[in-house]
Parts: sequence; structure tokens; C-alpha cells
Amino acid sequence: MTDHPHPDDYPSPQLRVEALEALLVERELVKTEMLDGFISRYVNDVGPMNGAKVVAKAWVDPEFRKRLLENGVEACKELGFGGPQGEHIVVVENTPEQHNVVVCTLCSCYPWPLLGLPPDWYKDPAYRARIVREPRKLLGEMGLDLPEKTKIRVWDSSAENRYFILPSRPENTDGLSEEELALLVSRDAMVGVAVVKA
Amino acid sequence: MDIVESLGTDSPTSLPRSNGELVFKEPWESRAFGIAAALVELGVFEWSDFQASLIAAISDYEKTHDSIKEPYNYYERWFAALESLVIGKSLVSKQELDSLTTDFCKRPHGHDHDHDHGHSH
Repeated sequence: MTDHPHPDDYPSPQLRVEALEALLVERELVKTEMLDGFISRYVNDVGPMNGAKVVAKAWVDPEFRKRLLENGVEACKELGFGGPQGEHIVVVENTPEQHNVVVCTLCSCYPWPLLGLPPDWYKDPAYRARIVREPRKLLGEMGLDLPEKTKIRVWDSSAENRYFILPSRPENTDGLSEEELALLVSRDAMVGVAVVKA
Repeated sequence: MDIVESLGTDSPTSLPRSNGELVFKEPWESRAFGIAAALVELGVFEWSDFQASLIAAISDYEKTHDSIKEPYNYYERWFAALESLVIGKSLVSKQELDSLTTDFCKRPHGHDHDHDHGHSH
């Protein structure tokens, strides 16, 4: 990423963002504390552990799994996960026959309430272009080698549909509790660039 | 930053606050994020409006750059989208924003905000 110092006369984003915030606060359109709240919420509280809880519950509770696949938004609300960008969560399930992976080719739509803010690579134009063109190769480079017989389906998120992957439960995890299972689930597995391992 | 890194990106869903990686590289990125999130929450505009504006801002960049070779700064595009939306909705005017930004540029160093003083890199 290019990151060069700005000449002194160039309005750096920092100052322009500050100026916009000041104007909106002055007009009482937003409050500084509200922005602080949002930032802290998404940086501190909302993250992939939300999605991991959803996955673990789906693994142990077949009825929940059914509701989740039928209506991701409502099922996630049962666990208290909703809010901005959570209105359009669509859950797709990995199977031995089909592996699913998510991208947003247009911008970076992402299920925030379940996964927090997107990681850098998700926003990277190279990921966005290559996962569509050569998913198997790119996944391999990212450390995920899938059996030839497993089909790969790429889901392109949009403002209307934010895809979330329900990974396969790893073998030999019968004795684990829901909480213990949740700890196994990584963000990358819920985007589909990894699988869950016990 | 070291603490976040030392707690590791390898452990699954390790640090929620890092999401495995640092979410915001600079403070202005988080402010730009927060402004957009707040305006949506307050119903000033819809997420879909913002999304459309972000797509347009990225597409503007891609008209003149090869984004694979010269990747854009995501939050810079985010802010461009936000700016165009708030100006489009007449919440603030471009002139006001330009003028206040210029005023801020003239602030002496050591001013009370703890924004980045570093032109050191």
C-alpha cells in the first residue's frame, strides 16, 4: 500500500475527516460520543467470536441449523447478533461435495455482526479478482488444498445478500461442548478460505 | 499494537478487537467509519445508499488506476463515498468542508488534538 507523507499544503484525510466530524457535530447531526461508541463496539465487541458461536450452535442443535439456513437474519437475532449490515445475512453450508467461499467483487460487503470488520485481504482487489477467476489456486496459496472432487462455489456478497459460511464440523469432536466447539472456528473458515480443524 | 500482534493472528477468533488483524491503521479511518455508521443508525441515509456511494468511489479510482498494481486505500475510498453522500444530501457543503480543512491545516503543531504529527516515515 502506498503511504507517503503529504505535502504541508495538502489536506490529509485526517484533517478532512476531522473537519467533517466537526461540522456534523456542530449541526447536531452526530455526537462525538456516539462515534466513539460505534468504533469501540466494532473494534472491541463485535468480532468473529460472534460468528463462531452461531456455527457451534448450528453444529449441536439441528433445529437451529435448519432455521439458520432458512433465515440467517432471524436465527442470528436469536443469539443477539443483528444491527448494521446484519439485515441480509445468508448462510450457506459446506459439505463434502461443495466448498463455499465468499467475496464481494464490488466493494467489501461483509456480515459485520458475525465477523466484525473485514480483514485487509478481503478488501484487496487481488483477492476479489482472483477468487472468482481461479478459486482453487488462490485457496491453495492461502493454505487450503481441497480434494479435486470437492466443488468450489464462490458467493458474491452484495448490499442485499451478505454470505456467511457454515463450515463442516471436524471429526473427532463428539465430546466437545458448544463453547469448546466455538473456540475451534476461525474467521477464515466462516469466509470460506479455511476449514475448521479439531 | 505490539500487544495485539503478540496475542496472535493464528489462534482462531483470538482477539475480537483485532479480528486477527488491525482493523484501522490510522485514527482517521476509524472516525470515517464511525461517522458513516452513526449517520445510518440515525436514519440520515440507508446502508444501501452508502454502499452505492462506496461502489461508485471505488469505481472512480479504478477508472484511472490499475487497482491490482496500485491498490487503493480502502478507507480513503470509504471517506470519498461518505463525503459525496453528505454533500449530496446537503448536510454540509463542499465549501464549508474545504474551508474548515484549510483552517485545520493551519493549526500550529502541538495543538490539543493528538492526531498524527509524524511526517517521519
